[in-house]
Amino acid sequence: MARIAGIDLPRNKRGPFALQYIYGIGRTKAYELLENAQVDINKKVNDWSDEDITNIRAVIADMKVEGQLRSEVQMDIKRLMDIACYRGLRHRKGLPVRGQNTQTNARTRKGKRKTVAGKKKAPKK
Amino acid sequence: MARSLKKGPYVAYKLQKKVDVLNQSSKKTVIKTWSRRSLITPEFVGHTFAVHNGNKFIPVYVTENMVGHKLGEFAPTRSFRGHSSKKK
Repeated sequence: MARIAGIDLPRNKRGPFALQYIYGIGRTKAYELLENAQVDINKKVNDWSDEDITNIRAVIADMKVEGQLRSEVQMDIKRLMDIACYRGLRHRKGLPVRGQNTQTNARTRKGKRKTVAGKKKAPKK
Repeated sequence: MARSLKKGPYVAYKLQKKVDVLNQSSKKTVIKTWSRRSLITPEFVGHTFAVHNGNKFIPVYVTENMVGHKLGEFAPTRSFRGHSSKKK
C-alpha cells in the first residue's frame, strides 16, 4: 500500500508513472523526485520498501502538490478577478482568457451549447 | 511573448514624468493617459489614472496587486451587454 500526499498510487505501475497520479507531478518532476529520494526508477510501486516510501514522502514534503497547489492556483485566479483586469473579467464570464476566438468553438470554457430559441439559420444559397 | 528583460519595463516617458512630479509633491490628482501599453510600476500605487479606452477615460485606482500589469488591462475596450432579446 503506497499512499503518498493523500493519494493512493496504482500498485502495478513503475515509479515515475505512478507518481504522476498526484496533482502537480508530471514526467520531469516524477523522475527528479525518484532521483532525489534515491529510489530505483525501474521499481514498481509494489516493490517499494518502507524505506523507499519514507524517502519519497520526505522529498514530496518540500513540493507544492495536491490541495496546496490547487489552492494556490485558485488564489492566483481570484487575484486576477479582484483587480478587475482583462484576464480577471474573462475568468468571471467563463470565457477563454488568452485571446482565443469565441464565435465558434471555445466549448471547453463555455460549456455545453445553449440553444437560443427563434434564432434563424443562415439562408441557403 | 514576454518582453526582453534587457530592455526593462516600458513606461511612456510622459506618464513617468507626471507620476514623478506627483510623487515628489505628494499630491494626488487624476492622470489622464492614452498610454494603455505602459506597465504599472510600484511608483504608480495609490494614484488614480484615467485610462482611455478609445471612447472615454476609465478611472483606474492602482493597488499593489496591479503592479506588473499594463494600464490597458483595466480599461475594457469592448462593451458587450448580451444579445438582443426577440422582438414582439
